Amino acid sequence: MTASTAEQTSSSGSKGSEPPVPEGAITVTVKIRRFNTEFDDEPRWDSFEIPALPSDRVLNLLHYVKWYLDGTLTFRRSCAHGICGSDAMRINGVNRLACKVLLKDLLSAGGKPTTITIEPIKGLPVHKDLLVDMEPFFEAFRAVQPYLINYSPEPTRERLQSAADRERFDDTTKCILCACCTTSCPVYWTDGSYFGPAAIVNAHRFIFDSRDEGAEERLDILSDKEGVWRCRTTFNCTDACPRGIQVTKAIQEVKRALLFKRV
Amino acid sequence: MTNALGLAKPRAPRRPAARRSNFELYSWLFMRISGMALVVLVLGHLFIMNILDGGVHRINFGFVAGRWASPFWQMWDLAMLWLAQIHGGNGLRTVINDYARKDATRFWLKILLYVSMVLIISLGTFVIFTFDPNITD
Repeated sequence: MTASTAEQTSSSGSKGSEPPVPEGAITVTVKIRRFNTEFDDEPRWDSFEIPALPSDRVLNLLHYVKWYLDGTLTFRRSCAHGICGSDAMRINGVNRLACKVLLKDLLSAGGKPTTITIEPIKGLPVHKDLLVDMEPFFEAFRAVQPYLINYSPEPTRERLQSAADRERFDDTTKCILCACCTTSCPVYWTDGSYFGPAAIVNAHRFIFDSRDEGAEERLDILSDKEGVWRCRTTFNCTDACPRGIQVTKAIQEVKRALLFKRV
Repeated sequence: MTNALGLAKPRAPRRPAARRSNFELYSWLFMRISGMALVVLVLGHLFIMNILDGGVHRINFGFVAGRWASPFWQMWDLAMLWLAQIHGGNGLRTVINDYARKDATRFWLKILLYVSMVLIISLGTFVIFTFDPNITD
């Protein structure tokens, strides 16, 4: 590899020359919490000055850093349109999807310089920079049996359900497992064995489904020491959910089902 | 690799099997019910002790003796003592569970909590039932 090509490439992809600054662009400071677990003893903050349009998303800023300034920046993103749930991160102290937050909503008032802080979601082990180990999160998800359980003979046609029955768990079907809610929960931060809001939401989706027969099983699991009773109703999860799911309400509905032994 | 953040050891690698116990449900329910009872008991107590008939300045040995001559006030104080201790103790148990990071810390804090609860409940109950208004000296 010659010196000229070395400048163009890095271990984590090509680094292009910076594109022309579009008209109406504002320079914002993006402060990112970096941590390379192979070399660093502890996390550090890196700041980047980025020209961006108010209509840009935070994900665009991260792309700008990765593509033109520092190719070693590591984060997850896949669809970039708020569907896959890969790019959950802590933006200015709250959990959001980087692809759903617009720069114009983060600009300081009165044209003052804007600094945007971006950190990995809390409560999960950091692999590198904004990339966390999601396994504890998915372990809790799997533990609530998030699939249809039905012991009756399989019908020859589809399993029918009334619109009212469908409505009961409609809200919790929207979950994309981005972990925004679970990693915004103070109980989860200090006690990683708590199931967390996302697992309870996905249990709710089946507990209140009239076609499902595993409600009792799941309610037993969620009534345990690390289950719904650890919820302190701080509403962080409801605030964090990029899909607008009423997470705390779903948790309360599970509590009510346990309390009155009725689904 | 081990370091201060314990990254090599992700949290909760294996979830213990559910114990199928309703203890947390009953403790949650108890907090709601005792909380409502305590609102009445404690506010009533504060009103009688601090506001009614000259408030705190009239409280002396005779006043307490007079109150505890009635089983109603004995029961009131007994209920307040037990409910406040168990309600507060259970609340602190939750706080310890939430915030203690090491199992050993959690264990010893809880032992300290339970011992203090038992001590205060027994001492208070003992006084309420064995109080002697005719004590001399």
